[in-house]
Parts: sequence; structure tokens; C-alpha cells
Amino acid sequence: MKNMLLQPSRPVGITGYGVYIPRYRLPAQEVSDAWTGGSAGLPILEKAVPGLDEDTTTISIEAARNALLRAGIAPTDLRAIWIGSESHPYAVKPTSTIVAEALGAAPMVQAGDWEFACKAGTEAIIAAVGLVGSEMADYALGIGADTAQGRPGDALEYTAGAGGAAIIIGPAHGALARFEGSLSYVTDTPDFWRRPRAEYPSHGMRFTGDPAYFHHIVTAGQMLLEAMDRRPDEYRYVVLHQPNVKFPTRAAKQLGFKPEQWETGLLVGRIGNTYSAASLVGLTAVLDVAEPGDRILVVSFGSGAGSDAISLEVTEHIHDRRLLAPATEDYIARRTAIDYATYLRYRGKLRMK
Amino acid sequence: MHIARNWRVKKQRYSLHGEICHHCGAKVFPPRDICPECAKPAYDPLQLSGQGEVYSHTTVYDAPAGFQHQAPYALALVRLEEGPMLTAQLTDVDPKEVHIGMPVEMVTRKLSVEGDEGLIQYGYKFRPRMMARAA
Repeated sequence: MKNMLLQPSRPVGITGYGVYIPRYRLPAQEVSDAWTGGSAGLPILEKAVPGLDEDTTTISIEAARNALLRAGIAPTDLRAIWIGSESHPYAVKPTSTIVAEALGAAPMVQAGDWEFACKAGTEAIIAAVGLVGSEMADYALGIGADTAQGRPGDALEYTAGAGGAAIIIGPAHGALARFEGSLSYVTDTPDFWRRPRAEYPSHGMRFTGDPAYFHHIVTAGQMLLEAMDRRPDEYRYVVLHQPNVKFPTRAAKQLGFKPEQWETGLLVGRIGNTYSAASLVGLTAVLDVAEPGDRILVVSFGSGAGSDAISLEVTEHIHDRRLLAPATEDYIARRTAIDYATYLRYRGKLRMK
Repeated sequence: MHIARNWRVKKQRYSLHGEICHHCGAKVFPPRDICPECAKPAYDPLQLSGQGEVYSHTTVYDAPAGFQHQAPYALALVRLEEGPMLTAQLTDVDPKEVHIGMPVEMVTRKLSVEGDEGLIQYGYKFRPRMMARAA
């Protein structure tokens, strides 16, 4: 079979990264108590909930400011700002122009909003790799951010969280992690969707498992390893899309990885599924502790459906730059638990008229 | 709706874009035509750091239109480290924990939303400072 690996003609890497996770946490037990008398099993411990004044725009702005701090470049050096989300605040009006203006990157910049369920963030980053790798630009910013919706009482209400991660792609020299290659695997698989005027998404229940999540993640991961002639033990870390704890743990095992490789980037138990941000937020937690020479495999998954597998190698620049912005664990530690009633209020689920 | 008015002030609202007077060196926020220190009509753009501390504060229980759903919330006079003082909402903090001298930093948040079909206004608020500042 033809080698389907994506590699740019100019070597590129991650020049800066940043994260944002809101302060509020809804323990999954609260949802179980409200809807099942406490009898339902819990897929995670708790999820991050956005405050009344937060949305995908504000989450993207803070994550991107952190990425700029670590990159040490001027906002006007960015030639693209691409934001992947399934919760853009407007149906029509770009999140990316607001973020570009807030960062001070406007007006001479590409800007656009992307949507591919939970895969939109890595899709935007691979596009940024193309833009920088073709030498059309030196720096491009890809963001995955979401304030995910879950229907009250539905299985997704336990896990639908909020957060964002911003990745600045630049030339490989000066990067804190080198981009080695990526491979994407996409099919028309209807496991999860939301129609234009629907408030909450629908999903195919058990269909979201084997034909959707596992098939795409495992296939993309295996094909990337084969194309790069790598074994799982050549990677120090693996980060998979994480809708709950069980799925990524099982998929990582299927790919041949061990717990010490996936535990650092597996955050869903403590912050929930951050959708377009999920695999990228896991990556930021890994970059916060990784050492030069460590290899990282990231595989996203978006319903509908597809996966991007990305291979990275950490460089010596990681030490100087990761302390320039708050760590992912700093945001996770900044925790205020809320009850189910407060959650309903914060998420605007109470109809007054 | 005040589309034009909000659009005009977006830079200062989103990221504390201020001014520095090139006659007397005063740092100015919000931007204006005349320097409030030396009354001369000269200034250059200045990106403020967003770092400051609470000078005084109150808790709003009876909020104005557009803000009722957020009440109760903390409102503060914040003294920026560059000198200017401004009024802003505090966020990500229990109003009972706010105190004079509290170190705070700027974040960009939703200020208000015009119903189900109108615009979303974003702008600066302040929250307790997350990171110790590098020397």
C-alpha cells in the first residue's frame, strides 16, 4: 500500500502551547444522584464546567495567550488562527476574528472556524503544519476548544466538559517538539451528530464504540506506526481522544501501549471530555513533563468519523519555555466543586419563559 | 444595540490596549484624545500588562439590565501596575474572598449577551492571579 504519511517539505514543530480549563467541577455523582437515584455507574470522577462568562471564544483566547508566552513570538507573527470546535458561540460569525483581535494578531492573518465533532482541533493543527511546512508562513496557530453540550439525564451529561488547547506551529529549529509526521483516517460513520437547531446532540449509543471510536483510533494509530516503522515502545507517551476513561485505556492497550505511557495524558477522569480539545489538552499535560528526545503519539477522534494520528519528538527547548505559562495541572488544581443545581444555572439549562 | 460603539472600543475592551503620553510619559487607560496628566494632545499605543491589584471592591446583588443573571458578583476598582485605575468585574472568585490589595490579572470574558439573537459582548475582567510573577 502507498505510504499515506503526511510530512511537510520544510521541517516544522510545536513552537508554543497553551491550555485553559475552567475552574468549576461537576462530580459525576451529582448527575447520577439527580437522574438515577445514585444507581448509575460513573464514567469519570468529575468534569470541568464553564462559568457564566465563559465560552469557546474566551477559552481559546486564554489558551492562545499561554501559547504565545511559551513561543516568545509577537502576535503579529501569526499568519493563521484556526479554531476547531463544535460549540462556536455564533452559528454565523467567526470565533477566530474575535480571538485574533484579542491576541493583537489582526488584521493581516488567515482566520477561520473549523468543525469536525471532536477532531476539529487536530485538523486545524495539521492544516497549520501544511501552511508552515510549505513556507507560506512561519507561524500558524491551531486551537481546539469546546464547551460541550449534554442532554440532561443523558449518558453524555456525565462527561461533556469544557476546555481548550492552543498549539503554535513554526519551523523545526527553535521548536520545543518536532513534528515527525501524521496520518488521518476518515469514513462516513454516523455515531454522533447534532442538527442545526437542535440544542443537544444525538448519538448511536453502543454504535459509538467499536465501529466509530475504536476502529478509527486504532486503525490510524497502527497505520502511522507502520508508515514510520515504529514500535509502541519507541514512544514515551501516548495520548488518545478521551470521551471517558474506559475507551482510551482499551484502545491504547489494543495499540500495544502500557499504562505508564498513557497515564500522564489521560485527564478525562478529572476534567471530563473536552471534545475538540481532549487529545490536545492531554498533549499539553505531557509537554509539561516530557524530556528532550521523548516521542509522543497523539491520536484524536471525531464522530462522523475520523482520527488524526500525529507523531512528535520533544527537543531541548522544552525546558526553557514550558515554565513561561501556567501548567495544565495548575488549571486542574484550580478547582471549585458545584452541585447539580448550580450546574443547571451556569449552563443556562433553566428556561424562564 | 450599540454595534458601532462597541466595535470602536474593541481593542481596549478585549486586551487593555492603552496609551502612553510622549510629552510626560503618563500611561493612560482608557485611550483618549488629551493626556489627563499634562493636557497635551499626544499619545502612542501601549499594551498594558493586565497585572494589578484590588484598590477597592463591592458586591453587586441588584444588577443592571443585561447583568442580572450573573448576580451576585464582585465589582472592583483595579489599580494596574502601570498606574491607571479602572472599574471591572472580578471573576472566578467568591465575592467573600475579595480583599483590598488582592493581586489580580486581566482575562477576557463574556460581558453581556443581547438576548437569543443579538451580539455577544466580550471584554476585560480580573481574577485572582494564577502564577507568581517572574522577577
